[in-house]
Amino acid sequence: MSTATGPSARGTFLGMPAVPPRSPYGTGHLRGERTFPRAAHDELGNEQLRRNLGKATHSIRAKRLDVTGELPDWEALRDAGSAIKTDTMNRLPELLEELERKVTEHGGTVHWARDGIEANEIVTRLVRRTGSDEVLKVKSMATQEIGLNEHLESQGITALETDLAELIVQLADDRPSHILVPAIHRNRDEIREIFLRQIPGVDPALAATPAELAAAARAYLREKFMTAKVAVSGANFGIAETGTLSVVESEGNGRMCLTLPETLITVMGIEKVLPRFQDLEVFLQLLPRSSTGERMNPYTSLWTGVTPGDGPQDFHLVLLDNGRTAALADTIGREALNCIRCSACLNVCPVYERTGGHAYGSTYPGPIGAVLTPQLAGMHAAKDDPNSSLPYASSLCGACFDACPVKIDIPSLLVELRHQHTEQSGTTAEKLAMKAAATVMKQPKLFTAAQRAAGLGRVVAGRSGTFSHLPPPFRGWSDSRDTPAPPKQSFRSWFASADGAAAMRAAAQDGARHTDDDSQEAQ
Amino acid sequence: MTATARETVLRRVQDALTRSDRPEVTVPRAYRTGRALPDGERLALFVDRLVDYKAQVRTCTAGTTATVITEALRAHGARRIGVPPGLDPAWLAGWDGEVRTDSPDIPAPRLDVLDGVVTASAVSCAETGTIFLDGAAADQGRRALTLVPDLHVCVVDLSSVRTGVPEAVAQLRPERPTTLISGPSATSDIELERVEGVHGPRTLEVVIRTDV
Repeated sequence: MSTATGPSARGTFLGMPAVPPRSPYGTGHLRGERTFPRAAHDELGNEQLRRNLGKATHSIRAKRLDVTGELPDWEALRDAGSAIKTDTMNRLPELLEELERKVTEHGGTVHWARDGIEANEIVTRLVRRTGSDEVLKVKSMATQEIGLNEHLESQGITALETDLAELIVQLADDRPSHILVPAIHRNRDEIREIFLRQIPGVDPALAATPAELAAAARAYLREKFMTAKVAVSGANFGIAETGTLSVVESEGNGRMCLTLPETLITVMGIEKVLPRFQDLEVFLQLLPRSSTGERMNPYTSLWTGVTPGDGPQDFHLVLLDNGRTAALADTIGREALNCIRCSACLNVCPVYERTGGHAYGSTYPGPIGAVLTPQLAGMHAAKDDPNSSLPYASSLCGACFDACPVKIDIPSLLVELRHQHTEQSGTTAEKLAMKAAATVMKQPKLFTAAQRAAGLGRVVAGRSGTFSHLPPPFRGWSDSRDTPAPPKQSFRSWFASADGAAAMRAAAQDGARHTDDDSQEAQ
Repeated sequence: MTATARETVLRRVQDALTRSDRPEVTVPRAYRTGRALPDGERLALFVDRLVDYKAQVRTCTAGTTATVITEALRAHGARRIGVPPGLDPAWLAGWDGEVRTDSPDIPAPRLDVLDGVVTASAVSCAETGTIFLDGAAADQGRRALTLVPDLHVCVVDLSSVRTGVPEAVAQLRPERPTTLISGPSATSDIELERVEGVHGPRTLEVVIRTDV
């Protein structure tokens, strides 16, 4: 156990381990520029976005239900997946060291990065060493999180995304809006325009059909694949036991990047490690079915260090912290690190479906993004930090928990983050309201009184029985929906009344007629 | 001396874990393992899943392998094909087109001149329609060979087809570069409409040898 030193030691005492730092403020893509309600407000006005998203989420959702439904042991797989991840987090130090040892034994080089800034520097240095000023990219959430492309650009190195959707987003100077289908907010005509404008030598007669557009991307990237010296990838899994890394994909751009260049650099979050090779039997079932709704994705690559005569002869693995240890230090937040980035929670979320990914302002959108983003980057004490608004970007309906292949209890994590946020922020109306609610709920007499007082709200609500405008701080709610007035009577006062007593008696007698065994109790 | 990034990250992980309980976890592996379907059922399941993924499927026996491979190559107008160095030459006994044997010295861009490639496979999973290629096996070749040409004729022995994912993964050699293929290359990135063939082979022909 180390003694806390440096800035992270604030608030700790001798002998107590330091709280690991979050992702450095102002770096990478873990924080939007506007709070969720403001950003969502604008996105809600984008009809095409809502139409495309609605179609995509419903279609993937239906496919996912089909292919998970055909496995009688789906729940057992989820239990295993969840336990493997929990076990992984428990044993993270030894597993990371084991992974490092195995990768090194097989001819790879392992680098460690405290944060995104350091990871970007490591990758830049490694790319420079190849003498190339162009690098091919396989779609990777980790490198997007740390803003690697932008950093490379600032260093005079061009990073070219090779996943079709990522390429579209990059050529349009846009941001991804979905983990799995990042360009889902664009339609075929827009994509044709983007290609005509940005890809040199594209036939002006290019048809706006998915097949023709994919063929244009194929032709454009083919030459790049054949001549590239260096590629950067992420990793879906890193197996500690064997040092094997894995990338799951569909198009073959991953295979191209992982096998054709001389140098391969893989950036992997430290939470992506799995203990045993055997664990792949669980995750190769959970991930594709949850993610694309396929029994298996078209291509999965597994590689261990360097193989003479096959693939890159220079392999580097960059292990990235960037706030992950801060999440790990939080007993509840630790669960968010179990995420395998399948995007199933996005597709079932009523909030995400209407706002789209941009509103979250982070590389990780949707329900898991609302949990993971504040865990990695923190909820800054400053007022109106966009990340402070993320835990509220949910209806807490629980669909995300049901859909999660590793059973992350996202709704409970959101509630916990809301609690942490109100605890951290100053004396806001919300904090007072929460405190008041807690005090009242702890004391039955006060609770009864409060319920009676709430009944008075009916008078204010008028004949319609709804409030259309509430005073601050509830105005944000009432601006977009009517609020039903509280009931005339609380359950407790109804239960205590003559009406209630009579109704309960009738119900008891009715029950007694149906169930002999219960008759004595009912009398 | 200041701590290296490695020391710092590992210390942070330790510190993080020390701050809270680490309840013992036993991984429940109640999911299905060790399944074995009879040949006929396994074949039917495998073919159903392959076809669902837009792979083209032909079956043959050990005796008709060469004929069926030639049919598959001709069906796509292939003239010049590549093969890994360890491929059984008898498989190409009926083929009258050009054959180039792959080797690690051939630069990957040169593979672009091939119309197609014929390889064997290591193991398959019937339930998901997945073929596993072992890059270190002499009859499956390096990874670039099955990636760059537009047609892949892949020979699968029915005896190497396992029922589910756990049974197939158990057959792998972890240290070897392994590629899992489920149908041809595909994308759904534009308006979620599936298009076959982006960067990998646009056509996957699976030749299943039923008596091997």
